[in-house]
This record gives sequence, structure tokens and C-alpha cells, in this order.
Amino acid sequence: MDNLYSTMIVMPELLLSISGFLLLIIGLLDRTNVMRVVTMLTIGAFIVSAVVLFVPQRLAPFLGGQFPVPAFGHMFIDDAIARFVKLLLLVAAGLSLLLSGRYLEHEKIARPEYPVLILFATLGMMLMVSASDLLALYVGLELQSLALYVLAAFRRDHVRSSEAGLKYFVLGALSSGIILYGVSLIYGTVGATDFNTIGLTLGHLSGDKIGAIIGLIFVVAAMAFKVSAVPFHMWTPDVYEGAPTSVTAFFASAPKIASLIALTRLLYLPFGSLSHQWSFIIVVLAVASMLLGSFAGLAQSSMKRLLAYSSIANVGFALAGLATVGPDGVQAMLIYLAIYFINTLGVFGVLMLLRRKGVEAEKMTDLAGLGKSSPFLALVMMLLMFSLAGVPPLAGFFGKYLIFIAVVKAGMVPLAVVGVLSSVVSAFYYLRVIKIMYFDENTDALDVPSIDNLAMTGLVAIVVLVVGFTFWPSPIIDAAHRAIAGSLFIHG
Amino acid sequence: MTTASLPILSILTFLPMAGVLLILLFVRTAADSKGAEKAAQQIALWTSLITFAVSLLVLHDFDAANTGFQMMERFVWMPAYNIAYIKGIDGISIWFVLISTFLTPICVLSAIGGVHKRVKEFMIALLVLESMMIGVFTSLDFVLFYLFFEGILIPMFLIIGIWGGEKRTYAAYKFFLYTFLGSVLMLIAIFAMAVHVGTTDMTAMMGDKFPKDMALLLWLAFFASFAVKVPMWPFHTWLPYAHVEAPTAGSVILAAVLLKMGGYGFIRISIQMLPQASHYFAPLVMVLSIIAIIYASLVALVQTDMKKLIAYSSVAHMGFVTLGLFSFNQQGIDGAMIVMISHAFVSGALFLCVGVVYDRLHTRDIARYGGMANNMPRYALVFMIFMLGSVGLPGTSGFVGEFLSLQGAYLANSWYAFVGAIGVILGAAYMLRLYRRLFYGALDKDDVKAMPDLKLREYAMFVPLVALVMWMGVHPASFRDVFAPTASKILIDFQKETSGVHHG
Repeated sequence: MDNLYSTMIVMPELLLSISGFLLLIIGLLDRTNVMRVVTMLTIGAFIVSAVVLFVPQRLAPFLGGQFPVPAFGHMFIDDAIARFVKLLLLVAAGLSLLLSGRYLEHEKIARPEYPVLILFATLGMMLMVSASDLLALYVGLELQSLALYVLAAFRRDHVRSSEAGLKYFVLGALSSGIILYGVSLIYGTVGATDFNTIGLTLGHLSGDKIGAIIGLIFVVAAMAFKVSAVPFHMWTPDVYEGAPTSVTAFFASAPKIASLIALTRLLYLPFGSLSHQWSFIIVVLAVASMLLGSFAGLAQSSMKRLLAYSSIANVGFALAGLATVGPDGVQAMLIYLAIYFINTLGVFGVLMLLRRKGVEAEKMTDLAGLGKSSPFLALVMMLLMFSLAGVPPLAGFFGKYLIFIAVVKAGMVPLAVVGVLSSVVSAFYYLRVIKIMYFDENTDALDVPSIDNLAMTGLVAIVVLVVGFTFWPSPIIDAAHRAIAGSLFIHG
Repeated sequence: MTTASLPILSILTFLPMAGVLLILLFVRTAADSKGAEKAAQQIALWTSLITFAVSLLVLHDFDAANTGFQMMERFVWMPAYNIAYIKGIDGISIWFVLISTFLTPICVLSAIGGVHKRVKEFMIALLVLESMMIGVFTSLDFVLFYLFFEGILIPMFLIIGIWGGEKRTYAAYKFFLYTFLGSVLMLIAIFAMAVHVGTTDMTAMMGDKFPKDMALLLWLAFFASFAVKVPMWPFHTWLPYAHVEAPTAGSVILAAVLLKMGGYGFIRISIQMLPQASHYFAPLVMVLSIIAIIYASLVALVQTDMKKLIAYSSVAHMGFVTLGLFSFNQQGIDGAMIVMISHAFVSGALFLCVGVVYDRLHTRDIARYGGMANNMPRYALVFMIFMLGSVGLPGTSGFVGEFLSLQGAYLANSWYAFVGAIGVILGAAYMLRLYRRLFYGALDKDDVKAMPDLKLREYAMFVPLVALVMWMGVHPASFRDVFAPTASKILIDFQKETSGVHHG
């Protein structure tokens, strides 16, 4: 019976991995439209997996079992927060594929391995989100990382892309090593790797916990590397700039969500009793990320580097929610991440459609006159920029609002002050994009963008979400609320 | 009561958005054709006129004797966070709504003559702006209020940045970042208040709900936002740039409505929600106000750019508003309200007047004009009425307001009134000087000589404004009667809350 439960709970992941292997074989077929077929099938696999996510919970009463249960001997957990975040991850991965079809063709990297790698990276992230054991977490993390290393270097005949892949790989491997070192320290102190046992043991341990604390710091540092929080952010601008834009879009959305949630689970579940120790670390990471992301973004001239700093600042805001050590903060973080990834995917989606004489338009100044030459894309970009800047009535404002109200509620007013002030600073560079699109005249026109149906669908959906959130916020807020209420590790 | 069953305030707020939808759906931008531009202009004009008609309906159904909030609407919005969609108006806010709906059609008319590129987008921006302005003044939930308060920055940023003059980028940035900085401090205060009270319902925060130390900090945070909006000296430096660079319609809205958001905020939030702190900080506001009056008037005296001169005169006039408000007596508050209403008409009209000659000659340099009384007598007459209104000549709207707010200030402290009165004299000096240099003297410039007098469209803009400025000067009671009961109730509440301070 136990095994049946376990298998049922990992059904979405199982489905994804099986379809991944099948798609690899399909990808070998020598047909002209094989890339398109594999992409559509991948998106199909995401959709099926998203539906299957909610099946075990529905079936539970009939099987007489109670969900969520840890599966595979406490290795894997399927609670409401995991389901919510997995849904976000699947949407993010699917959307990024929808938006990047035409771009990959233009860059001549439209090979069937691309969607399959995205699929395996997503699978790794889903494992991370559900991991309830340090080793399971590590395995998930490595699965997503390995897929992402390859994706970063996917434009292999391109120097910058190879450099990005190598840089990401070397630093990523270093951070994996740091995680393992931290895990070994924790294991050495507590004698277990699964979250529940660590939590229980740490709660009762009367003696010295210093080993576990140092181990935790190592793990947090490595996770901070994955989410590119300052001071572990150095790789971000280079990798974002060098990797193909479609890959950058993916980098900026799904992996951040997965790592942040894995970090949340790690901090709250096994190390909940040490919250006094880690909350200060998270505050420092949050403040440094918000400030550096906002100020360093001011000096950028490349869109992708700008968005790299923007993502650093946004991770800072999300971490501010985490630092509150309470259900409100985590709920706000979930909503914030949901809004952020939609926003950022939209920005990259527009960026991927812009070319000049066949070459990708990457400089900020390339966008000059877009308001006239391509009103639709400019409008989408403008709305997304205002939303990222946190200007109401767009969705981004509510993300920030909910984060900071949780922060103020937790009595951390200075953190909120730093947060809103840095959002004013970052507004400057978001405004600059709008200024370039609308106020500047274009000297050297961009190609007329050819927007394919898939990308159009994706962009319209994104705009509807970003604008519509104001009018009908309850679905996302309620879902996040249920996710927190049904999570195994956050207690109000 | 014809509107009792309808969510009339929501209809009013989102009516301009319906116009935006119409323009988006039915006006294609395929070519920048004249037909498409005309259609967009017509839709915008009619939408704003209908909105004005609806707002008159609101005025008709408004019960002035009722000093609480009326026409309340309450819908569920974000129940998980106790954030609701609450709307309502009282005798104070109804005037700001009416100013917004009244001036928008006039701005559309002015833009028909003054805006020649991306006409469709301009009309959309103007209608979005109108919707947001009505939203600010009718919202009774803090999140909703902030949403509109900040949302206004988007269309205004674009109006200045896309359709503005030479240095429009700098002006747009300065406008946006300055006000954004002020507003986020207000946002933190809103967080703190929401956490303290447990809801963002503004009506639940009225009275004195906060401990003294907290209230002082909250007051300062709100002050940062409103002082930038009003603008008070020394937070006014964005205003001259924004006014000078904005297109005429943008300047009008900026002067007539956006500045009033600061004054409205002082009444609704500082005075109604933080009375003790307002009482505590009143001397600061008073001193800044009289500095603003004197300083801005002196700066206005030496301007060579028409729009800049009127912009500085706005700073001075808004000084009278804050002077009156923070005297905390009936005359002061009545005066502040009348100055705000009058200033909306007069300064809006003056910017329109500048627009008239700017559309013809494309310069705002005072020295480039002269002797226009000879070839444009009707324009000279219209300009004179508004100039006198700005000076505060008895018989115009400006007089009543300045007189009352100075009287209020006198009751609070005669020195404030004394210095403020000097500002009135300076005001007469710079406005008369402007008028002399524009309209008298020799008509020796050929291009000035060739300018035609007012056209039909321009008459349509000015006639209602002239009528209102005169009417308000002769019979201010028709305006005062609507807001006075509410204002005196606000004052009574205020004195109840702060009386402990006087005696204890």
C-alpha cells in the first residue's frame, strides 16, 4: 500500500520523465517539423502533468489514505504549497516555450533537444519543491542545474553563449559542492538527512548546535547562489547576457521560484527552531539584493543585463517576505513570485520578437521608436515595465504591497522602508525603457516583428493576467492562501 | 433620488474607460489618417461630456445637509487582506470630482487644436487620466485610493514625455520620481495604519485612532507625499519643469486637479485621521506656506517664460490653501476650499490662454509677444478676466478664497496673515506685469500682428470658465453651501480630538 501511495504521489513527475524519454526518441526522427511537434508535445506533457498534480488529493478519500503524506520514506512530500508552486513552474515552462518558438528558429537553434531539456529542468525543479530530505533536494537541484548548464550553452557556435554555459557550470558546481559540505555538517551534528528528523532532533538537542548552524549557512549560501541573491549574484548578468534570450527568460522565472520555495521549506521545516539565527541572514540577503539590484541596474545599456539586475532586486523583495518568519510573509512571497514570473516572461517574450536586419536587438537603445513602429509590443512592454516598477493599478504593485504589509506586520519597518525606497530607484530604469520606446525617435528602424500565433497567445495571456489581477485578484490570493493553509511546515 | 439604486460613483469613475475601449476597438491606427484622428477626438469629447453630465447628476442628488459620506458603494475585493472596494463622496470630495469632469472636455477641446501627433493615444491618455482623477476623490479604501493616486502618474508621465516640449524627458522623469518617492513613504504609512487598525477602510481610520508617537511619524510620511503634490516649498521644484514642458491640456489638468490631490489629502487624511499630529505640526505647515507664498511670488516676478510664471503663481496660491487649512477654523477651511476650486478654474484657464498663443506662435517667451490688445481684443478680454481672478480682484473667484483663508490665518496668528497679505500684493504685481508685457506696448512684431483672434472652438473652452469665475466671485455661497456643512463637521471633530491638547 505504501508503495502505491508513493507512486501515485509522484505521478506528475513520473509522467514528465517518461514523456521526456519518449520525446528524446521522437526528436531523432528526421522530419522537417519535428521541432514543432516536440515543442507541442512538451507543452502537452506540462498540461497533463498539471492536471495530474491534483488527482492524488482528490482520490485520497476513496483509498482511505490521508494526504498529504510523505512518500518514499519521507523523501518526497506532496502538500498544498508544493502543488501550487509546481503549477506555477509548469505554467512558466510552458509559457517560455510558447514565447520562444520563433526566436529559436531565427537563431537557428531550434533543435528538439531544447524543449526536452526545459522539460528535464522543470522535472528537477518539481523534485526540489517536494523534497523533504537533504539528499532528495540535492538530486532535484542537480537535475535542474545540469539541464540549465546545457541550455545556457545551447547556442554552441556562439562565443558568449559558450562562455555563459561554462561560467554557470563552474560556479554552479562550486555551489553544489558547498551544499554537499553543508549537508555533511548537518548530518554530522544531527545524524539524519530527512527534514522531519532534523527538525525533531534540533528541537530537542540540548547541546551544541553550532555544526548544524554552520551547515545551514553553507546550504543557504548555495541556495542564494541559485536564486542570485547578493552577494552570490556575480554570475547573473554575464549568464543572462550570454545565454540565448529564450533560455534567459526561463532562467529568470522558473528556477528562482523553485529554489526559493525549496529554501523556504528547508528553513521552516528542519530549521524552524533556529529561525532567530537564519532570519537575520535572510534580511541581509534581501536588503543587499534590493539595493544592489536597483542601483546597479541604473548603469546598464543592455536589456538582458538590465533584466538580470531587475531579477536580483526582485529576489530581494521575495526574500523580504521570507524573512518575516511567518505564514503571511510566505503567502505574500508566493503571490509575489506568481506575479513576477508572469511579468518577466512577458518582457522577455517581447524582447525575443525584436530584431534588426535579422540580428537580435539587445541594446536598450534598440528599442527607440518602438511606440510608433510596433504599438502593440510597445504597449505590452510599457504595461510590464510599470508593473515591474510597482506602479498601481498593475499587478506588480499588489505583489510589493502584500510583501511589505507582511514585513510591517512582523515589525520590520526599516526593511520595508529600504524596500520601497529601492523600488523608487529601480523605477528609474524601468521608466528608461518606456522613455526609449515612446519619447525617443528611432534612427535605425527595427525589422517589422513577425509575431507568430503562439507568441501572440502567450503575450495576450500575460497582459490579461497583469492588468486583470487588479479587477479579480481573489483566485491567485485564495490559491496562495490555501497553499499556506495546507502546507506541512508553516504554522500560523 | 434617481441614482439611489445605481453604483453611480463607479459608473462615473469608469465611464471614461468606456470611451477608451471605444477608441481602441473602433479607431484603427493603420494610417495616421485624419479620419481616424477625428473619430478619436469626437469619442473623447462626447465621453467626457457625458461623464460631466453624470457628475452633475451626482451633484443634483447630493444632500449637502448630510455631513457623512454619501452614495456609498462597498464590494468585496481582496477579503483575505480585508481590502474592499469602497466608494463614497462628501461635501469636500464632490467638488474635486466636478472640477475633474468639468475640465476634461475643455482639455479635449484644447487638445483638438494643440496636439497633432499620435492624436488617438493622447485622447486615450486623457480619458484614463480623467478616470483615475475621479477614482482618487471617490475612493474610501486606502489601497483603492493609493491605486488611483499613483496610477495617475502613468498617463501624466506619458503626456509630458511624449507630447511635451524640448526638455520633456527630464521633466517627465522629475515629475514621476519626485511624486513616486513621496508616495511610497505614504505607502509605508498606509501599511502601518492598516496593520494597526486591521482594515484599509478609510472611514474606520477617521478620528484619533493612533498613539501619539506613531501618529507623528505617520503624519510626516503623508506630508512627504502631499507636500510634493501640492507642492509646498521646498518640494516644488518638479512643478515648473512639468508645467513648462507639458502640452497645454497636461498643464491644465496638472494645475487644476493634480495639485488639488495634495490639498484633498491634507483634509481627508492629515486632518481627519491624524488630528493631533496635524495640530502639532501646524506651525511647520504655516511657516512653509508663507515662505511658499512670498518666495514663489518673487520668483514669478522675474520669469520670462509664461508657463513658468503661472506655475510659480500656482505654488503661491496653493500656499494660501495650506495656510487656510492649517488655521483650523471655519474661515480658513472655507477659504482653502474656495481657493482650490477657484484656482482650478483660473490657473487652468490661464494655461489654456497660454496654449492659444502657443499654438499660433510656438513660443512661450513673454518678450516675443506684445501689443496683442490691438489685434486680439477678445483674447485680451478673456485673459484679463482670468488674470484678475488670479490677482484676487473683488468680483472674481480669487478674491473670496484669499480673503477667507487670510482671515482664517489672522484668527490663528496675525503674523501669518500679515506676511500672506504681502503675497497678495506681489501676486498683483507679477500678473499685471505679465499682462502689460503681453497685451500692451507696441504691436511691432509681424508674426504677432498676423495672429487671428479667438476661434469658435476656443470660445467653447473659455465661455464656461469665464462664467464660473465671475459667478463664483459674485455668489460664492452656491459653492460654499455644498461643502460648508461637511467642512464645519470636520472642524468640530478636529477640535473635539485636539481639545485635550489645549487644556492638558
